[in-house]
Amino acid sequence: MATTQTLTPSMKRERRASLRRNVFYLVLIAIGLVAPFVAYPVFLMKVLCFALFACAFNLLLGYAGLLSFGHAAFLATGGYVTGYLLASYPALTPELGMLIGTAAAVVLGAIFGALSIRRQGIYFAMVTLALAQLVFFFYIQAPFTGGEDGLHGVPRGHLLGIVDLRSNLAMYYFVFAVFLFGFALIQRTVHSPFGQVLKAIRENEPRAVSLGYNVDAYKLVAFILSAGLAGLAGSTKTVVFQLASLTDAHWHMSGEVILMTLLGGVGTLFGPVVGAGLVVSLQHLLAQSPLGNWVGPILGVIFVICVLSFRSGIVGEAMKMYRKNFK
Amino acid sequence: MTMIFGVPLAVFMGQLLLGLINGAFYALLSLGLAVIFGLLKIVNFAHGAMYMLGAFATLLGMRYLGINYWAALFLAPLAVGLFGMVIERVLLRRIGHLDHLYGLLLTFGLALIFEGSLVNFFGVSGARYPTPELLQGGYQTGFMFLPKYRAWVLLAAVVVCFATWYMIERTRLGAYLRAGTENPALMQAFGVNVPLLVTLTYGFGVALAAFAGVLAAPLYPVSPTMGSNLLIVVFAVVVIGGMGSILGAIVTGLAMGLIEGLTKVYYPEAANTVIFLVMILVLLLRPAGLFGKEA
Repeated sequence: MATTQTLTPSMKRERRASLRRNVFYLVLIAIGLVAPFVAYPVFLMKVLCFALFACAFNLLLGYAGLLSFGHAAFLATGGYVTGYLLASYPALTPELGMLIGTAAAVVLGAIFGALSIRRQGIYFAMVTLALAQLVFFFYIQAPFTGGEDGLHGVPRGHLLGIVDLRSNLAMYYFVFAVFLFGFALIQRTVHSPFGQVLKAIRENEPRAVSLGYNVDAYKLVAFILSAGLAGLAGSTKTVVFQLASLTDAHWHMSGEVILMTLLGGVGTLFGPVVGAGLVVSLQHLLAQSPLGNWVGPILGVIFVICVLSFRSGIVGEAMKMYRKNFK
Repeated sequence: MTMIFGVPLAVFMGQLLLGLINGAFYALLSLGLAVIFGLLKIVNFAHGAMYMLGAFATLLGMRYLGINYWAALFLAPLAVGLFGMVIERVLLRRIGHLDHLYGLLLTFGLALIFEGSLVNFFGVSGARYPTPELLQGGYQTGFMFLPKYRAWVLLAAVVVCFATWYMIERTRLGAYLRAGTENPALMQAFGVNVPLLVTLTYGFGVALAAFAGVLAAPLYPVSPTMGSNLLIVVFAVVVIGGMGSILGAIVTGLAMGLIEGLTKVYYPEAANTVIFLVMILVLLLRPAGLFGKEA
């Protein structure tokens, strides 16, 4: 059958758009593949870990409209569980450790989610913040986290027992693969029927309820997915830097991921990646400059500016401009 | 010696008093949050920073301007309140028409700015503020030693809380405030200057936080981070009580302080976390909060 002859103009446009999208993705992947030869791989890995963290957070805020102020808890849980396991059981391969760390974050996410979706809007944010603080206090006192000192000297080990991850280049490609997996999962989720229902809930929850959707179940699944991916980011980060610390569990971290997402663009796929890249670079640059002590206040100022006059974020604004000028 | 469930009475009462004092701070702060939330629908993340600024105004006022504690009790909330009004006018007003989550984010950014800047000047270790002379020492009651300053904090906090309650529930200005909470557009149509009311409300709410800060200055080390950790507990208190009721905020605050004090006696490991656990319990049993109506 010569299907091409029956294509309507709109279908052709759609095809061209999807071709363009695929080329765009391929170019980005290619950039990701050569990046470690241009920039410092450890820095890139840090960016990728935080980018995955921010993408996971954005799945919740951008697509389900739920502002979690407690995502640090999942990052830290993934990190601590993976770090503890890898440090205590040398036979364990890193991917297994990360899997268990992620699973722990999923379980915690199910608990957080089930509790916090019982309240809405501003209360949801406060509940998640309070729960994350509870987790923070737990990690200060728990015997396996090393308290204030954190976990150090977590071995990177051999991926699948074969690939030595002590090489930064091998580690980078592994982290890149993990990031691509997380990003693809989010991309698929957002564009699936499930994602459409999430957006419907974000736009008008009572209507979604009246259409017969079990809104709480959708929110809970989105929350668990987001928590799990945040945990995966934390696990990966621990393997890369070979440590897990309380910084990851502190509410500052929950605020940072909000800033990354907001700066890059809430509800856009690439916004959190851009935001994470910028915030991590900024922290990196400031740390070496005389303004090193002013990271907090500077992030605060960016926060205020974003909220006041830059609410679509960088990617959001760029897409607006693109639509205005090219369509 | 009298024992209560295996704990000496003096220890028991001492912890109970400490708990009540913590509760007084929770009450003052959650009261301010509730007042602000009522009219602005914003959860003021900068509330902890305002409490901290109140304490710092007290400390620096004494150090550089020779302002004593009693004057600071009025001047610090006034200064912080005015500062809050400027913030409301210049920043919060611009996002009044947006989703209220933006208010939370904006005030979070402000909290980062205030806290982070002061850390650079004063470090995190904190400074001591002397207890005012009049309130040094204490009373030896039959079963425990009651420091004068702690008794004063409790008294002052409770008086201010109930004065606020009276003002909101029983005066004309309070009636305006409550009406504005219900329907600001209609209020405006009746000729009430709602934008001014909003500014004053925000100023008043943060002044309450600053007042708590002044009370706290001689009790706790005055440090830039003193407010943020407290604020998260207060958020949990607010979730437990719900922000719909003024009296509810006061009662929940005091009660949570007491529960925290009791936990310190019987299971000190959980003292930091017991309020969060109560919050979980409330979410499970009464999701709208003890005094809340689900919107």
